[in-house]
Amino acid sequence: MFEYDLAVIGGGPAGLAAALSAYENGIQKIVILERDVELGGILNQCIHNGFGLHRFGEELTGPEYAQRFIDRLKDTAITVMLGTMVLELTSDKTITCVNKTEGLFTISAKAVILAMGCRERNRGPIGMPGDRGSGIFSAGCAQRYINIDGYMVGSRVVILGSGDIGLIMARRMTLEGAKVLAVAEIMPHSNGLNRNIVQCLNDFGIPLYLSHTVTEVVGRSRLEKVVISQVDSNFKPIPGTEKEFECDTLLLSVGLIPENELSRKAGVPIDPRTNGAVVYDDMQTETDGIFACGNVLHVHDLVDFVSAESEKAGRNAAEYIKNGCKPTDKTGAVVIQNGNGVSYTVPQKAVLSRVEKGLEIFFRVRQKSEKSVIEVKNNDRVIAAFKRDFLAPGEMEKITIPKKLLEGCEGTITVSVGGAK
Amino acid sequence: MKEFICTVCPRGCHLKVDENTLAVTGNSCARGVEYGRNEAVNPMRTLTSTIAIEGGIHRRLPVRTDRPIPKSKIFECMEIIHQCKEKSPVKAGQVIVENIAGTGANLIATRNM
Ligand SMILES: Cc1cc2nc3c(=O)[nH]c(=O)nc-3n(C[C@H](O)[C@H](O)[C@H](O)COP(=O)(O)OP(=O)(O)OC[C@H]3O[C@@H](n4cnc5c(N)ncnc54)[C@H](O)[C@@H]3O)c2cc1C
Ligand code: SF4
Repeated sequence: MFEYDLAVIGGGPAGLAAALSAYENGIQKIVILERDVELGGILNQCIHNGFGLHRFGEELTGPEYAQRFIDRLKDTAITVMLGTMVLELTSDKTITCVNKTEGLFTISAKAVILAMGCRERNRGPIGMPGDRGSGIFSAGCAQRYINIDGYMVGSRVVILGSGDIGLIMARRMTLEGAKVLAVAEIMPHSNGLNRNIVQCLNDFGIPLYLSHTVTEVVGRSRLEKVVISQVDSNFKPIPGTEKEFECDTLLLSVGLIPENELSRKAGVPIDPRTNGAVVYDDMQTETDGIFACGNVLHVHDLVDFVSAESEKAGRNAAEYIKNGCKPTDKTGAVVIQNGNGVSYTVPQKAVLSRVEKGLEIFFRVRQKSEKSVIEVKNNDRVIAAFKRDFLAPGEMEKITIPKKLLEGCEGTITVSVGGAK
Repeated sequence: MKEFICTVCPRGCHLKVDENTLAVTGNSCARGVEYGRNEAVNPMRTLTSTIAIEGGIHRRLPVRTDRPIPKSKIFECMEIIHQCKEKSPVKAGQVIVENIAGTGANLIATRNM
């Protein structure tokens, strides 16, 4: 049995920033538990540039962004256990792990930070019909094969899903000599960044079929053919709109799911809107001393926000430990709700009396709009409004409600887009 | 007329650029004018990829050009990148190919391995 003040589960950008920030706030005995052979998480396979514009004012690649944090570990006493898989976490913060040197072992910690990231959805949950031959990969899995392991996954490719990972992989496969025949997207718009539409598809003349989905997959041993069809406004395929593509590879980029098996087993309440833990303004979950940050909490598009959120979790975990791990006083906590046009908020709850300068709320909108107003209500009273020139579901939004506007608030705080239904 | 999507901000205005006069329409702000002109005259991209490496913890080493290169040179650079092979150890920032394809940009490693 090992004992630590703080155990961080996951050594991606979230775990790294959280551990460093807890250390800088006075906690010495910290361990990062990472199942992979190296730190950095998903960033190691994201070799494209576009990371760190907000934080460092330059465009770094994934590995370069991760390295900036990994370098800072050298000057600390933080313990890193690589090749260490966490199997179980309990609400009293006992962690069961397995690795090659220790075998099966336990760690007891005063506080735990959940930073396990997310995994990709595969064909099961989206109900894709057809044969089950080889040649069908999730986009991130193909990304790892190509960028880290050095295996090319195929030569004629169809991609389902036009989120950023699908777009990035369309370019990557093309540069490596494959022919990307089509990117199909079931929604009438792409959730990917415009920059990726331009630089990953338009630059290479790759067609994007909006309101289309895969309706047939042919090929018993290896994929031979994919059929896509246009869908109506209820996402039902329209007969007669089929397009056939002879191909050996189908990449699925159909969404990410926070990896919360450990959290669930520990009894940490999960928010069905985010698939991540319910957290307070200090990033603490409903379970005392367990904090969460990064993609395990809600899916982020920008790693810069992951780092900032995780530093907050690390700082508050440090405070919790320094205060003798006393259960946090949550009396009078407000519930933060999503109103019209907003799909979720993080945090979901807040103790307003401890808010220092302002209350930061992250959220996503349901649809694109221009010249909008984000309205914040306490019960039925409008307490703040924020103007935005442009809103889109693909971009996480953030507002900071100044402390003085929160005076006297209790009950619920609702964030909505003015005018949206 | 050439058409582009402006990528400077999330709004993504659809720009039209007149090749002769370089007049830009469809933009909602001044930044779109500069973007549209650059895209029409000389579009530049940072190229990122991987090369083979021996003796490292992985089989591929990530690389990038240290500055943007003309878009038209991307495939010429990829041919050179496909021929590259390094031996571990390599340091992040180490130059793999100088002045790749005459673009004035160096190809550099983006991690230690
Ligand atoms: C393909 C792709 C492209 C992206 N492109 C961009 C971009 O261009 N710009 C940008 O800013 N952002 C981008 N992002 C987003 C950004 O990379 C992520 O938001 C960020 O990496 C999330 O960090 P994280 O630490 O929460 O998760 P991760 O990076 O996923 O790290 C989680 C870590 O936890 C470990 N772990 C999980 N479970 C366990 C366990 N039980 N025991 C031990 N260890 C465990 C995992 O091995 C992993 O290392 C991209 C993401 C993806 C997937
Ligand atoms: S023209 Fe201006 S408003 Fe439109 S996308 Fe470009 S930067 Fe944004």
